[in-house]
Amino acid sequence: MVKEEQKVGWSKIELASRVAQDLEDGWFVNLGIGIPTLVADVIPEGKEIILHSENGLLGLGPKPEPGQEDMDLVNAGKEPITLKPGGCFFSQSDSFAMIRGGHLDAAVLGAFQVSEHGDLASWKVPSDPLGRVGGAMDLTVGAKRIFLCMQHTSKGKPKIVEECTYPLTAPRCVDRIYTNLAVIDVTDEGLVVQELAPGVSFQYLQECTAAPLKLHVSDERQSDALGVQQ
Amino acid sequence: MIQKRFENTAKAVADIHDGATLLVGGFGGSGLPSHLIAALVEQGAKNLTVVSNNIGAVSDGVAALISNNQVKKIICSFPVGPHADDLIARLQNSTIELEIAPQGTLAERIRAGGAGIPAFYTPTAAYTELGEGKETRVYNGRLHVLEQAITGDFAFIKGHRADRWGNIVYNKTQRNFNPVMATAAKITIAEVDEIVEVGELDPENIATPSIYVHRLVKMEAAPEGRVLVNG
Repeated sequence: MVKEEQKVGWSKIELASRVAQDLEDGWFVNLGIGIPTLVADVIPEGKEIILHSENGLLGLGPKPEPGQEDMDLVNAGKEPITLKPGGCFFSQSDSFAMIRGGHLDAAVLGAFQVSEHGDLASWKVPSDPLGRVGGAMDLTVGAKRIFLCMQHTSKGKPKIVEECTYPLTAPRCVDRIYTNLAVIDVTDEGLVVQELAPGVSFQYLQECTAAPLKLHVSDERQSDALGVQQ
Repeated sequence: MIQKRFENTAKAVADIHDGATLLVGGFGGSGLPSHLIAALVEQGAKNLTVVSNNIGAVSDGVAALISNNQVKKIICSFPVGPHADDLIARLQNSTIELEIAPQGTLAERIRAGGAGIPAFYTPTAAYTELGEGKETRVYNGRLHVLEQAITGDFAFIKGHRADRWGNIVYNKTQRNFNPVMATAAKITIAEVDEIVEVGELDPENIATPSIYVHRLVKMEAAPEGRVLVNG
């Protein structure tokens, strides 16, 4: 739909950094597969965020040095990782007791589609005979906050829509959407843009979005930022 | 004297019957009891119902049983992966049934099975395709779906060290589904790197108590004089 999209906005690692900025000291956070995994590498110095992995660990650390990989120490994407001091291991049923029991402060997830009401579709595209639910449905009902971290569009098509057409992961579960173009809150009054990425105008963002957006303008810093970009 | 050790994987899986329900631990290749799976491919039992988180992630996992036409039904959370082609082909010609369960629901259904709870309500999958057709009930203003427990005739698990009684210690995230699956089968068979004498494992570190483990196989050649066979 909009060819220029990759040339403006945040890179993947900048997007991950923008998410990391909003994670608070002391939070327990689960990171989904894909771009959300990058958040682990960009948590600001001095902030203690304890990362949870579905396959039974708290205290996920960065990727190991080449040659130091241990196939018994992997993340939810089955990639080798490290364990931070203070980290621990537990079984899958304990891991999901943490998730479903409401003990995680936030989960950062990917998405195929998200609706203006915060409905999330992330586990199956209609043409897929298999589907890949993993822990997504448990995370969306259990974590205190659901943040999405994703590309704003997929192959030029908007991923933010009025109603999801793909099978739902959970209805009305998303709190905030971070994309390469903007930070958008899901509110009772609809989708509210909190921040635009560099070089992105509100008009351009709306063109890339298949649901109505509102601008949040009460915050001086943010309105300044918007003024510069427009 | 308690002896749970089997001489080899072939003997440990010899009595798995056609139509059995089999729980398979592991998360991708981590904590995967791949030697027991290989022995079951050789043994050839058919019409199995297999419960395991990942199906297509690695070639020596449940995918090997599917490729060998031993499986009639899969219950899993994540069938996708580089080795899922044979599953997709069998779904297309309807020779296999696939039941997808959210990962936490899968773990809890197995936990419930092992703990004597026949079913439970969970908010996971409410209002979704995976909750369709299930009984629902509202608790605290929120819709929940009724999920059924899972038990197995056999479970394959992988551990790091075991003692002669079958107490098991795991290595890092190798633990994953293994402890919960060990609780939910009539016969739990564990493949481990090492078997030590009773008393040698730190009781504070035992993640799977021996009450849940019925057969042990050590994967490397056993030292002379310590090969013990249990029929």
